This record gives sequence, C-alpha cells and structure tokens, in this order.
Amino acid sequence: MESTRRGLETRPAAAGFSGLLPGGALKPGSVYTVDGSVSLVLALLAGPSLAGSWCGVIGLPDLGPEAAASLGIDLARLVLVPTPGDQWLTVTAALADVLPVVAVRPTRRVSETEASRLGARLRQRGCTLLVAGDWPLAEARLALRTNTWSGLGFGHGHLTGREVLVAASVRSGPSRTARMSLGGRPPDAPGAQTADLDLTLSAQRSSEAV
Amino acid sequence: MTALADPTIGRRSGPDRTLVLWCPDWPVTAARVRAGLAADAALALVDRGIVFACSPVAREAGVRRGLAAREAQFRCPDLVVLGYDRVLDDRAFEPVIERLEDTTPGVQVLRPGLCAVRSRGPARFYGSEEAAAAALIACVTGLGITGARVGIADGTFAAEQVAREAGSAPVRVVPSGDSAAFLAVRPVTTLVETGLIDRELATLLRRLGVHTLGDFAALPDDRVRHRFGAAAARAHRIAGATDDGRVVPRVPPRHREVAFDWEPPLDRVDQVTFAIRAGLDDFVSALAASRLVCTEVTIEVCTEALAGAGGVHTRSWRHPRWFTGADIADRVRWQLQGAGPGTSELDAAITRVRIIPERVDSTADHEQGLWDSGPDERIHHALTRVQGLLGHDGVLTAVNGGGRLLRDRRVLVPWGDAAPAARVQPASARERTESAPWPGSLPGLSPATVFADPPRVLLVAPDGAAVGVDDRGVLSGAPASFSPTLRPEGLGPVTAWAGPWPLVEHWWDPVRTNHCQRLQLVDGSGTAWLLLLDAAGWVAEARYD
Repeated sequence: MESTRRGLETRPAAAGFSGLLPGGALKPGSVYTVDGSVSLVLALLAGPSLAGSWCGVIGLPDLGPEAAASLGIDLARLVLVPTPGDQWLTVTAALADVLPVVAVRPTRRVSETEASRLGARLRQRGCTLLVAGDWPLAEARLALRTNTWSGLGFGHGHLTGREVLVAASVRSGPSRTARMSLGGRPPDAPGAQTADLDLTLSAQRSSEAV
Repeated sequence: MTALADPTIGRRSGPDRTLVLWCPDWPVTAARVRAGLAADAALALVDRGIVFACSPVAREAGVRRGLAAREAQFRCPDLVVLGYDRVLDDRAFEPVIERLEDTTPGVQVLRPGLCAVRSRGPARFYGSEEAAAAALIACVTGLGITGARVGIADGTFAAEQVAREAGSAPVRVVPSGDSAAFLAVRPVTTLVETGLIDRELATLLRRLGVHTLGDFAALPDDRVRHRFGAAAARAHRIAGATDDGRVVPRVPPRHREVAFDWEPPLDRVDQVTFAIRAGLDDFVSALAASRLVCTEVTIEVCTEALAGAGGVHTRSWRHPRWFTGADIADRVRWQLQGAGPGTSELDAAITRVRIIPERVDSTADHEQGLWDSGPDERIHHALTRVQGLLGHDGVLTAVNGGGRLLRDRRVLVPWGDAAPAARVQPASARERTESAPWPGSLPGLSPATVFADPPRVLLVAPDGAAVGVDDRGVLSGAPASFSPTLRPEGLGPVTAWAGPWPLVEHWWDPVRTNHCQRLQLVDGSGTAWLLLLDAAGWVAEARYD
C-alpha cells in the first residue's frame, strides 16, 4: 500500500545496511527478521535512534546497554520491556502504537492471522518491527554469515573489532550480502561523534547474489 | 475595618512587645534527635570538612565552630561527626511550631530554632509576660527540647538579643521602653549576625568610630539614609528600637495527606484499590483546586501484623508528569503486590493506607503546550498502560553505570523513576558513578548480551581436564574446547582466547568481596564469549552475539 505522507516513507537505516535492505532503508509498517544476533538488531535500531526516534526493545532481558550506546543508540530514548511473558504480543502492539521502531524476541511462533493483524496495525501507525526470531510475513530476513574478530590472539590481546558478513533474503528479488563492522566506538574514545561511527565507515559491500 | 476606629488597636509608632523563643544549637538538636543519640553525646555537625555546630559537651572539650573536622576529633576523641543537613533543621522545627501554635496563635518563624510571637495576647491570657513565656517553654520542653530561652522586649531584634543574653535564667524581660538602652551597649556587628547589614558596612561603621548600636542609633536618620541606603536606614531604626515592624505570623500550611482506615482490615489488593479510588480522586481534585499537581508521593501501608510493632511499610513514588487518582491507585497496588503481577491475596491484612504528597508543583508548570507536547505524552500514556499490565518494573529505561563487572555497569530504572544519579544518595552508593576510571573494567568491544543470571559453562584443556587458574594467576592449561552448557557433548574448538585477567573487588569486606578471573574466547561457531572463573567454576558473563 502506498503511503501518501512523504514524512513516513522511509526511516534511515545505518549506512552499512543501505545496500542490504530493499529500498536501502527501513520501511514504516514493515517487519524485518534478524536471525540470532542481538548486535545486528541494535545496529538496525541505531539508524532511527540517531535520527531522533524513540526505540523499544521487548523480550531481551540480557541486553547490554553499553553495547547499545556504543552502536549509536541514545539510551534516553530507549524503552525496555525485558520480561513481557505471555503478553509479549499485546505489549508489542501497545508500543507499536507510539514508538516508531520496536524490536521484539517472540517467545513462541506466531500464527499467520496474528501476524497479519499486527501487520495492519503497524502499517496504520507507521511502525517498523524488528523481530529477533521467525515471523511469517517479513519484508527481509537478515542473518549473520561470518564473524571476523580482530585483536584477540591465542593467549594474548583482547577483542577490539568485529567485522561481519550479513546476508539478507528479500521476499522479491535476489538475496544480497554486505560486509560491515559492528565494532562501535571504543569506550575511551572522546566524544560521541556520531558522524564517524564505525558503521558509516564500512560501506564496502559485496553485492554478489547468493 | 472596626479596628481602625478603635484608638488602642490603631497603628502606633514603635515596635510591638515581642516574645522570642530561642532553642540554642538547633541544628545539633535536630541532628541528635534524628540520629537517636543521647542528650549528653559529644556531637559535631560538619559542613564541607568544617565544624558548623556542636553540642555543649563537645564545646566543653574544646570543639568550636569553624574548626577542621580532623582537629575537632583530635580535641574530643569520642566526638560523633555527622554531615550538616539544612533541610533537616526546617523539617525538625515544623512539629515544634505546630505545638506552639496550639499554645498560642500567630507564630512567626525567624529561622529554624528561633520564632517570635506578639506578646500582648499571650500575656493577657496567661496573666503576665513571664507566665506566657513559662507556658511556651513548658510546651517546648514537652517535646524533649531542653535549654530553650525566651526574651521579651520591644521589637523582634531586641527580643532576640534579650533571649541570647538571658544567661542561666530561661526567661528575661526588658521592660517596655528600655529596649533602646539594652541595645545601646551591644557592638555594631550584632546587626551583621542577624543579617540586617553586611560585613562591609559594619567594618566601615567601625572605621568611622561607630562601635556600638547606641552610637549607630544616635546618628541622624536622614544622614544614614543618604549615606548608606534604605537597608541601613532600617537597621538604624531597629538599633534604636524605633522600627515599627510587626510580627508577621505564618499561615499554617494545610495538611494535604489523606489516610484510609479499615475496620475490619482488608486482605485483598482489589478491595484496597477499590476502597481508596474515590478518596484519591478527591485528593487530586483538592490539590487542583489550589492550582497544584503532585509529582511525588509517599505511600505508607500499615498491616495488622505490623500495627502491633508500630511499623509501616513506606515507599516514595515519582511520576514523570503528575499523578492522577488512578496513577496513585496503581502505585498502591504495585506496592502491595511487590514486583511483578502477583495474586490479589495478601499475606497480611491492611488496616491503614496513608498518601502523603511529597512534592507538589504549580499547575502552571505542567500546562499542556499548544504545539509539540504531543509525542512524548503519547509515549508516556502507552508505557503507563504497559506498566499497568506488567507491573511497575515491567517497563525500564537503561543507564550506563559504573563498575568492573558488566552487570554492575548495567543500571535499569523503572519508567517514571529518577535515574540513580539524580537521587540524593549516601556516599557509599554514590561511589558507583560511570565517570570514575574503574581500572580493571573491560576494554574494547562491549558485548550485546550481558547475562543477568550467568549460565555455567565448560572450558577444557587439550588433555581433557577442566581449565583452572593457580594462586599465581596462571592457567593450568591452554583452553582447547568450550561448551556453552555443562554437557560435554556440546564441546567445540576454541579458535582464539586471551586471559586470565584477575579481578579483585572489596577484598576488605567479607560480605561483598569478589575475587575472580576473566577470560575472553571465540568458539568454533564464531561467537565470542566473556567468561568468569569464580570459586564454583566457569560462568559466562557475557556473549558477543
């Protein structure tokens, strides 16, 4: 369905994702699934958060706020519902009414009916839903292919950087992969220079079809 | 209107006969009662390392105001040193004022510990000025405050000086018309101590040869006004006891708290919330009628079991905007249920719930703007609804805290509560700030998953034995395989690792002590882990996923 309001058309994703997502950005009213990586969910939230949006995270009790902040999420505009229990779908719907981006980890499989009902609500409110798990009607499914760590040796050093290969399978069209850094800024680096965040530096993407 | 017609009540020139009640060392008394110390304890209040006030016993031992705390402790080894809290002075004086207002109306609070009453009414009621003063002192003594003094003279300033000069006698009266003579011999600096003139002017007056209040009062009125300004002119009239200032009694503040009592006691949460609902709406609308909104409440719950012991369960709640009746009812429910949505059955029956507005604000500060107040308010409403569903701790915001362990660095604050940094805390809790350097904290990448309940893991050396760390901090063998669970069939190869990094915290405190080793590794699937070795074995502190 075409939106008539220009302001709602897209929501900026972090730069590393621009070649990966269909349309190059997060679409309001769409669902994206992320397989198995909390960092990748946080990196997807970082784009809208940097642009000034509120974000919600539901069902991730072990989320590390330091990692979220280092990827560029503003903690003052981050709402956490760590243990929604059985009511996670109700809570997701309630937050989707008011927050522009919501990430959720479902505790069980959702049926097609529930997914399409929530999808209608998302489209009406212009909310983007990121699902850490499986979802029937997803715009794109993102998964980590490989992790490359730097800084850690065999008995020496410590983790200083991380480069990942992310694959996105899209509903229509070929799937794509992109290489990006999920390092974040080192905690002792001065200032929150959001412009030179690691994510934006690593736009080297390999767009071969997989 | 009729008062103007009555020649005896009409405005005369010259000050009122005033009675001033002075409780010496009020900050010390307030702090002593708060800390529950004996009346003869050697106590000193310290403000920024300097003694601000001390008890008579400490003064006998040589402790003085303005002394460094260390020097004061040297002079009086069993000195109890407490921090000075200005708010406590006012708070502790409030019940005293209330009791005095029961004895005689029209009390003006000059400072905590010092108050003034027009003496004409009480003197007529009790028969004489001395009898009135004795009644007030008896009233204060009834509250456990010893050593109170009363001075009676013309005008507040003169009466205060009389009270301070009273010596060993609790009451001293300077007859009407003699106040100027009483004040004349005091030094000019007396005016500085009561804040009527500044120190600069006092120095100037001394250098001009004006040493006593009598000298000052002898100066011509218009000259003082021209040379030193209006404030000095007022001080000049007060020094000569010719000022016509009146005692301005305070308007007793209205009690806004509400209490609900039940006989027989209620034992279900929904009964309690239903019973208080209408009363809370009245409470909020009564505040609104005074153009106030409440932004913080304290809820006291008294149960049947606690009633005998005289105990109550108290908690303060803040609101990001302001409380409505339903919001307070929610807080009561959360307080009764504890964390999480529990059952409606209570383990002890409730006899009494008291709601005290802790902080009120003018409605003008909370008016809705015409534009741009929309989004945040909508978010707040939705989050409040989710809180109603899941309990107060169901919706959180995250703050980066200080600490070496990652779970210490993660601080989660329920939606609507103040972040810990904004709260007033004792020094022991304030030490955990994020800005402190925290040597030994984790450098480099921050893990996205920090386990609140760390799972046990297996770390095995090439020879098949579990990896350990000896007393010198050396690994018993290089980590070769790792399993994220305790089952050996989950073991996979370790592709990179580093450590162990020792972590020793609070070694001086047997309860909080924490001694462990950290190790970072990347497993065969490409996931990185941060492990901790404590006395029971390896646990996963965090996962880089």
